[in-house]
Amino acid sequence: MAVETAARKLSTPVTVPGRSWRHEVGAIKIVWQRDLIRFWQDRTRMVASLVQPALFLFVLGTGLSRLTSGSFGGISLKTFMFPGIVAMSTLFTALFSAGSIVWDREFGFMREMLVAPVSRSAIVLGKCFGGATVATLQGLVILCLAGAVGVPYSPSLMLELIGAMLILSFALTALGVAAAARMRNIQSFFGLMQVVVMPMFFLSGALYPLNSLPGWLRALTRVDPITYAVDPMRRLVFDHLNVSSIAQARLAPGVTWNGWVIPILLELGLVALIGLIMLGLGIWEFRLGD
Amino acid sequence: MTATAQEQQFSNEATLLPGGRPPDGEIAISVSGLKKSFGEIEAVRGVDFEVRRGEIFGLLGPNGAGKSTTINMLCTLSAPTGGSATVAGYDVVQARDAVRRSIGLVFQDTTLDGYLTAERNLRFHAELYGVPRQLAADRMRQVLEMVGLWDRRDSKVQTFSGGMMRRLEIARGLLHSPRVLFLDEPTVGLDPQTRTSIWNYIEDLKAREDITIFLTTHYMDEAEHCDRIAIMDHGQVIVLDSPQALKASVGKDRVQIRTSDDDAAIAALKEHFDVEASVHEGAVTFSVPAGQEFVPRLFAELGVPILSVVVARPTLDDVFMSYTGSTIRDVEAANPNRAIVQAFRRR
Repeated sequence: MAVETAARKLSTPVTVPGRSWRHEVGAIKIVWQRDLIRFWQDRTRMVASLVQPALFLFVLGTGLSRLTSGSFGGISLKTFMFPGIVAMSTLFTALFSAGSIVWDREFGFMREMLVAPVSRSAIVLGKCFGGATVATLQGLVILCLAGAVGVPYSPSLMLELIGAMLILSFALTALGVAAAARMRNIQSFFGLMQVVVMPMFFLSGALYPLNSLPGWLRALTRVDPITYAVDPMRRLVFDHLNVSSIAQARLAPGVTWNGWVIPILLELGLVALIGLIMLGLGIWEFRLGD
Repeated sequence: MTATAQEQQFSNEATLLPGGRPPDGEIAISVSGLKKSFGEIEAVRGVDFEVRRGEIFGLLGPNGAGKSTTINMLCTLSAPTGGSATVAGYDVVQARDAVRRSIGLVFQDTTLDGYLTAERNLRFHAELYGVPRQLAADRMRQVLEMVGLWDRRDSKVQTFSGGMMRRLEIARGLLHSPRVLFLDEPTVGLDPQTRTSIWNYIEDLKAREDITIFLTTHYMDEAEHCDRIAIMDHGQVIVLDSPQALKASVGKDRVQIRTSDDDAAIAALKEHFDVEASVHEGAVTFSVPAGQEFVPRLFAELGVPILSVVVARPTLDDVFMSYTGSTIRDVEAANPNRAIVQAFRRR
């Protein structure tokens, strides 16, 4: 076959242009796109990652509600847990996506990106956007279960939740990328994630209300960044439910600092800020290795 | 083409190209005093060489000689700890981006995304290098046809054999029309047939494009394909010339004999013929000017029973041996430290 084509000269030499914004944006886009393609192709992963949230929601949620009178002020435990479970699913997917950086490094693809004439920031940004999109899509799948746990499919609620998920998943991917940037093998990444992820999830108030907690737990929940994503999502859901003010105060009182209830936008801004700091850290780490 | 005509062509090109590419000379790669240490280990200890534009240049040596470390520095993947190097006219430290735009790379280990199709892998590359989209499609077809993978463009790379992956990597490395293509052990781990076809592509390429090819290999026989080779050992370039000139410089034939008593044979060779011999690869090995004529005398006068004889014209193995005092396989078998350097090398 080489002989057949030997006569045909490679007549279209292309020139690689100098660095430009357009080129960088193109690079961000293609890194992002690769994550999307791989997510889309991996249907097994998509279905498999539904199992855990479903277990929490329908098995744990149903089982534990036997301990209480079944509901509080007309709100079932499943409804209460729902925003937390959406956040959980986002959390796992985002960190898994970030972990693919270590994977790429181990299997060589990272080199293809690192020798390309693009800035390290473009690679890291593309990766963070990719993880954020994929995690939000995964969260969207869980969002489809809303009806089954008594959360209405109101378009405005869905849009608000998607917005919150985007911010949360971007921040978490950036966190994962910052952690993964210097790591050499996937086992140590997942080892670290085990140590970090479960505490972050359990301290976030995904499974229980954040008021009237003992002091030590209260303090821990306030330093967990996931707290500031779960709480707005829960408040948004409760805004669309028909709940008594007593139930609202008991179940979704909002996160307080010294008695001051933090507004939803500030909470989400806080999460976004953590994401940006992590993004900066990730970029810095990538440049360091350059 | 005369030198002036070539210069003319390139000054034209230089004015056409954006990004301030310097006028091309006849030197594609220039390396001087290049060094790299990993802590205590000096992987590359000050190498100097020049690669001419348009040639196939081979860096030859045993595993761990410092070849991959050298290539990594030239590709901007690893910063030198001393000396300097330019690739396509750009300094590998000062003008990293410009170097990256000018080179294509094929690594020893695959750097493809197995979950994506061949075409997707190439498209990823095109975007990452900012190849204009209307040109990219055409170029993609050309490079895929060149390596015979156009028909498989929609298959996922994980379904490819090792040889197909290497071919795809070569195609990808060429996609952005690099001035210099780096191939790190391009045929390692491939079957002989695939190795031959990879060499066909490389030679085709040289004929078709204005490209300089820099490769590393530890297969002596493959180095014959290169226009010039530099033999590297212990982090230094020992000798640099064309394969023909290097073989001529050895001038002697290599004789390997198997005997019932190697020590006695070595002593007898010294005593009767004044020839220094040593055991390599399990056989008594020595060099003499005219091997074929020497063999009858050997049988008559050695006094040690000879089980078999091999007489070989000088090969690059002999070149390596005459400059380093050991065969490349001996070196690879005897140096456990090299594994450490290998481990450092990966990033």
